[in-house]
Amino acid sequence: MELYPITPNHYLALSAILFTIGIAGVLTRKNVFLTLMSLELMLNAVNLSFVTFAKVRGDMAGHVFVLFVVSIAAAEACVGLAIVIALFRLKETVNLDMFKSLKD
Amino acid sequence: MLKLEHFQNITYVHSDWLWLIAALPLLGAVINGLLTLLAARKVLSIKPWVYAAVACGAAISSFVVSWEMFSQFKQTPNSPWVQELFNWIESGAFHVSFNLELNSLSGVMIVFVTFLASVIHLYSASYMKGDAGFGRYFAYLNLFLFSMLMLVLAQDLLVLFLGWEGVGFCSYLLIGFWFEDKANAEAGKKAIILNRIGDAGFIAGLLMVFALAGTFNFNDLLAHKQGFTEITATIICLCFFFGAAGKSAQIPLYVWLPDAMAGPTPVSALIHAATMVTAGVYLIARLHFLYVLAPWVSTLIAVIGVLTALFAATIALVQNDIKKVLAYSTISQLGYMFLGVGVTSYEAGIFHLITHGFFKACLFLAAGSVIHSLRGEQDIRKMGGLLKHIPVTSVGFLLGWIAITGILPTCGGFFSKDEILWKALSTPNPISSVLPEILYFIGLAASFLTAFYMTRLVILVFFGNYRGDQEVYEHLHESPRLMTWPVLVLGVSSLFIGWIGVPTAIGGANELGKFLDPLFHLSTLESNALPHSLEPMLMLASFLVACLGVGMAWYVYSFKPATSKNLSKMFTGVKKVLDGKYFVDEFYNATVVRLAKAIAQWVSGWLIEGLLVNRLVELAVKGVTRLGHAVKQAQVGFVRVYLAYIAAGAALLIYLLLH
Amino acid sequence: MLEAFVFYILAAALVIFGLLMITRTNPISGAMTMVGAFGALAGLYATLSASFVSIIQILVYAGGIMVLVIFVIMLLNMHPNDLKPMKAQPFWVVLALLAGVTTILAPILFCVLPNKDFTWSELTPGFGTLTAVGEKIFSDFIFPFEVLSLVLLTAVIGALVLAKRKL
Repeated sequence: MELYPITPNHYLALSAILFTIGIAGVLTRKNVFLTLMSLELMLNAVNLSFVTFAKVRGDMAGHVFVLFVVSIAAAEACVGLAIVIALFRLKETVNLDMFKSLKD
Repeated sequence: MLKLEHFQNITYVHSDWLWLIAALPLLGAVINGLLTLLAARKVLSIKPWVYAAVACGAAISSFVVSWEMFSQFKQTPNSPWVQELFNWIESGAFHVSFNLELNSLSGVMIVFVTFLASVIHLYSASYMKGDAGFGRYFAYLNLFLFSMLMLVLAQDLLVLFLGWEGVGFCSYLLIGFWFEDKANAEAGKKAIILNRIGDAGFIAGLLMVFALAGTFNFNDLLAHKQGFTEITATIICLCFFFGAAGKSAQIPLYVWLPDAMAGPTPVSALIHAATMVTAGVYLIARLHFLYVLAPWVSTLIAVIGVLTALFAATIALVQNDIKKVLAYSTISQLGYMFLGVGVTSYEAGIFHLITHGFFKACLFLAAGSVIHSLRGEQDIRKMGGLLKHIPVTSVGFLLGWIAITGILPTCGGFFSKDEILWKALSTPNPISSVLPEILYFIGLAASFLTAFYMTRLVILVFFGNYRGDQEVYEHLHESPRLMTWPVLVLGVSSLFIGWIGVPTAIGGANELGKFLDPLFHLSTLESNALPHSLEPMLMLASFLVACLGVGMAWYVYSFKPATSKNLSKMFTGVKKVLDGKYFVDEFYNATVVRLAKAIAQWVSGWLIEGLLVNRLVELAVKGVTRLGHAVKQAQVGFVRVYLAYIAAGAALLIYLLLH
Repeated sequence: MLEAFVFYILAAALVIFGLLMITRTNPISGAMTMVGAFGALAGLYATLSASFVSIIQILVYAGGIMVLVIFVIMLLNMHPNDLKPMKAQPFWVVLALLAGVTTILAPILFCVLPNKDFTWSELTPGFGTLTAVGEKIFSDFIFPFEVLSLVLLTAVIGALVLAKRKL
């Protein structure tokens, strides 16, 4: 891949990098907020690739999809945060390691 | 020299009915067995005479069929009758056909076995009267007869082994017949264990034969004779002799026979006098063509045979149980038979086998009658003067006594024992040139002792004064006719049975010898060391020795009864050794039995229980537990770790899909 | 030339903000870096002629979702000491990054992308504008649009129910 001119492949590579970073964050962080935010990062990486392909194909459907993804992400963040509040009420912590009743 | 062409001219005649001889006793055994089972479960109520009728009928009809077939066969003695029953084993190149063969040897044997069996069956019907196991007894007896006939009629070593094992098993059942008494069960166990030890030798021989020749059939082996070198033949013959020593109670495996007297007396008569113990001699005779290739083993057989004859005779001198005397006498006479076959005089061995069968069965049955009259007393020190009170039985016993000692020339075992001794002396031995003389003189000494202890027995039991309990004396009566007549029949026949083998040296026809000669011809070494004119001299010598034995016994026990006590005082050491039967049983116990028990304990305890059961199960349990623990580590409870698992799984899937 | 320059700066900013975000201890710091990342992303959308999407990104994502997240973080009022156990452990982060690189990035970069020849196509005038998006929604994607409203309704109700003190 050459550095110049900017081809769609650049954008797609960037999208992949962002996705990787997002996954690393989700798998590693103990703080639930940071986990959620890493999740948003992953979604945004996908949005980037959607927009790229929209321009490649000249089809607006990509943008529409991004709209939908953003909306869904909002809804999901909303509900996720509500759950965090409920969990905080239960255990006074947002450390995911404390929630290990799945063990044994 | 040995030529094979003689055997290649044999034509085999097909027979459709040979199976009948063995099948009739088998049928009797099955019927009796079923009836016994049904009666035991109270399904039917069977009168004792039914069992007896079935069993005796089977035995007698088997005898009739055998006699018929044998008479027919005698007209063409060089054409054996063969019946192929079925293909027993077919595995690749290994092919065993279940065949029965009636040749000169087996023909003589089946007539002999079935006749004695019939007589003893009839005797048992009376002897075992009132016994709770009446039906079981006759079932076993028929089963035994079947096994023995299977052994004799086999054309194959494997079929013979079937019969061999069968007779061993039946002897176990019958020796331990009254098994509620532990000693009897022990005696049965001892018999079968020692038999089994011998069988190990038999099986080793079987394996070698198969490895070298690929077949078990006697006729095929005979044709293959050239394929056996002296060394291989020696090893094979040694193995089979070991088996024969177990079955026929020779040194070192004879110790079961005296203990086997724990069984009912007719059993002792049939199994341990006439038939099963002769299976060993029969086996060696059947394998004559191998034994002639292995002179070392033949010599060994002769030496062991004659030593056993002497050894057992010495023990018989001091026995006080009437059946034990006869038991050791059997061992001793078997030694003679082995002496005969050891010097490759197979006809002589078989001849003595037949005469011995008759007079020993007669003696055992008479002894049984005596015991019955005395309400179970077996100690001869408590007998005496019975001739007056139970004359018929006594006469029967005396007839047997005449036969065994050879005191009356031409009667009983006179010719058969003589022929063995003559052949022993006059057959030059390829190993050692002084051996024939040694064998002869030891044999003669054993003959002397035989006369001595048998006369001692007769005097102590039938003559003199009664030394037993008063109560028994009061009830002393002759046994029923069904018991005494078989004794007389056997007694008389044992006197005249010797006439089938009157030696040619004194102008006889030697019918038996001539009849068996074609079969054994090539395996018999020429006994030409001494001129034939010497044979009557030897006969005279044995006659004198027998008279000497009888006379001395009469002197010691009848004329001057105190002599035996004085002799015992003089030779206390010898007496102790003889009384203790040379302590052979004790020796075996301390060495072999203890070793076997220790090994069994080790295997059972340390090996099987300790290792296999405990350790292996432990290992399995531990292993599974550890595995469970290891897998459990994966359950951390942290969601992000589970996410990682999911991500890894997804990545793997993608990889697989892409590639 | 210029666009390459702009692209690389924005891309670098995005990646740096992303890496920063996943290594922050304080969630507020994480949220702030996240907003920075969204800003860079909006710029990238603009270079891709997606004007509507870039505005939406700022408005909804940075201005809506991130604000919500910050509200909740502040609501929970965590003490710095509480945050200490949740520090990012460098070992694991690097390990996860490496795993991600090998399983996702490397295959895409070296196996998939070289074989694909994507080129920018000729764009219609008005590509990426609000009008174009509206036209697309209300013709091809009307059904998902309506369902979306239902989803948002469900999310609102669900959040309310989950966060209530007493049910």
